[in-house]
Amino acid sequence: MAARERPHTDEAIVPNEAERHAARRRAEKLQIVAFFGIMALVPFGIGNDYYLHILIYIGLHLILATGLNLLMGYAGQVSLGHAAFYGIGAYASGILTATYGWNPWLAMLAALLLTCVVAWLVGKPTLRLRGHYLAMATLGVGIIVAVVIRQWTDLTGGSAGLTGIPSMTFFGHELTSDQDLQYYYFVWAWAAALTVLFANLVASRPGRALRALHDSELAAQVLGVDTAGFKVRAFVISAAYASIAGTLYAHSSMRFLSPTPFGFHTSIALLVMVVLGGQGTLWGPVLGAFTITLIEETLRPYADYDIIVYGLLLMVLMIVMPGGVSRALGSLIDLVRGWVPALRGGDEP
Amino acid sequence: MNEVLFRVNGLSKTFGGLQAVRNVGFEVREGQIKALIGPNGAGKTTIFNLLTGVLAADSGSAEFEGRELIGLPTHRIAALGIGRTFQTSLLFDQMTVLENVMVGHHLRGRATMLTAALRILGAGREENEYRRTAMETLDRAGLADLAGRSAAELPIGQRRMVEVARALAAEPRLLMMDEPAAGLNMRETEQMAETIQQIRDSGVTVLIVEHDMSLVMSISDEILVLDQGQRLAEGPPSEIRNDRRVLSAYLGEEADGC
Ligand SMILES: Nc1ncnc2c1ncn2[C@@H]1O[C@H](COP(=O)(O)OP(=O)(O)OP(=O)(O)O)[C@@H](O)[C@H]1O
Ligand SMILES: [Mg+2]
Repeated sequence: MAARERPHTDEAIVPNEAERHAARRRAEKLQIVAFFGIMALVPFGIGNDYYLHILIYIGLHLILATGLNLLMGYAGQVSLGHAAFYGIGAYASGILTATYGWNPWLAMLAALLLTCVVAWLVGKPTLRLRGHYLAMATLGVGIIVAVVIRQWTDLTGGSAGLTGIPSMTFFGHELTSDQDLQYYYFVWAWAAALTVLFANLVASRPGRALRALHDSELAAQVLGVDTAGFKVRAFVISAAYASIAGTLYAHSSMRFLSPTPFGFHTSIALLVMVVLGGQGTLWGPVLGAFTITLIEETLRPYADYDIIVYGLLLMVLMIVMPGGVSRALGSLIDLVRGWVPALRGGDEP
Repeated sequence: MNEVLFRVNGLSKTFGGLQAVRNVGFEVREGQIKALIGPNGAGKTTIFNLLTGVLAADSGSAEFEGRELIGLPTHRIAALGIGRTFQTSLLFDQMTVLENVMVGHHLRGRATMLTAALRILGAGREENEYRRTAMETLDRAGLADLAGRSAAELPIGQRRMVEVARALAAEPRLLMMDEPAAGLNMRETEQMAETIQQIRDSGVTVLIVEHDMSLVMSISDEILVLDQGQRLAEGPPSEIRNDRRVLSAYLGEEADGC
């Protein structure tokens, strides 16, 4: 094509964008190592089991929000019933281990497969259509799963709950209930691994294909992107993340499951986590997981009202910073960066 | 004469009561620049949409290297080696120019969600390689300076050039361009004409829809004229220029030059 011989005096000084692109990826890896490194040290700073307990929930929410972020921030689709996949993961694991005596890891795998099959069955027909049919379908799935958990009492224990879930084992070692610290590391190791997988995925061919179809399905298709196929896969993966979080929940210190955490309320909370932090960013959902879990804990005495808080948060966010907190922070930093040289320039004669 | 690369037969499409494309047939030979012209609403973009699977044809066939395209989904048609640019250029506005071109490499990549997430089976190497080749593609197009810019902030002339570079990154055998010079100034139009000829010279066959008559006349090997969804005339520029039916279809249209 044209203009190979264009004047190009600054080529040596200006770093190549390809190098900058690669450098951003390296910086991201460093951030991941630093963040999870800090999280590994946190337990030494707190002597309180209650805080550890909350941090375990934050880890679970981080996994859930990161998975949902793949769907919302990259594939551009919304799930209004993500708690259902969380619930399938939790109850399938719980039932297979407590009632049928399965090995927890085997049960985890079975729960994961079951969740993926359900997600695929929901996603396959709805994601071929253009528009937000998935949101409707997942809303339905959320309701159905919640009803099944409550009503099929022989299997799930219903409102009374499912008890007798054994501990998770790790290379023959039991992660027992009086050792929250071990479980903390177990959950956060999962969170770290799943974050790395997520970061790799979005910064690659399939991740770019998702972002592309989010922008323009038509343009993505003429470049050979199977848009429907990629959306289905993103949805299944986001459900798989929820399923893993569910299994981890089932084996956490209470080792007891009740229907409450797997209802519409949680689906909305997850949505707020993703939107609050900033969908389509690596750290947005992490920020969201921390914030919403802490709000949830603070509002625990008024548990029935926190959905109102989420609703308000969602509204305000959409109006004030539709890109989420991390993007808003990013543009603030850019603004300051722009200001600093300007100020410095102003000081000089 | 070169071999026929693309053969379209009896293509028709009706929107409600409006017959936008009526029984249109034509051939594109390998290595040609073939132009599709006609007044506004003649059905040119609709034909592109039918041929790329964006719209379903009522009837007709389109054989590309002996393979039937009609009925295939858009991404499968792309995979056979057909690229396309749009009348209003469709860039991925949330991405940088470099990333846009990297999406252009999609068809040549192999990384799946699994291998990419685990960085196995060469997924990491592939990523580095595409970053580099995308940069080279931009460099060859004279767009290297734009690589880090957000696609959303580019002026129309650069948007069109980036869209072409992105389409070429997929290494198509046939490139369909819908009004690549629309909105460009004279200098940019000349540059686009040069680019299209270079694309052809590099071995890519070009099917172009364009309103700029001087551009069409200067670069096309063959021109098909459409009017109200029908084939009006077909031939080399020298014939089309003097065709009375074409002149009357364009009466009042061509006065302003583009
Ligand atoms: N998706 C659609 N639904 C209904 N009518 C359509 C659709 N697409 C095109 N048409 C109609 O079909 C006719 C042909 O449109 P088309 O866009 O193919 O024309 P064109 O030759 O590309 O014109 P232009 O030079 O203005 O781009 C027009 O009358 C248009 O309104
Ligand atoms: Mg058109």
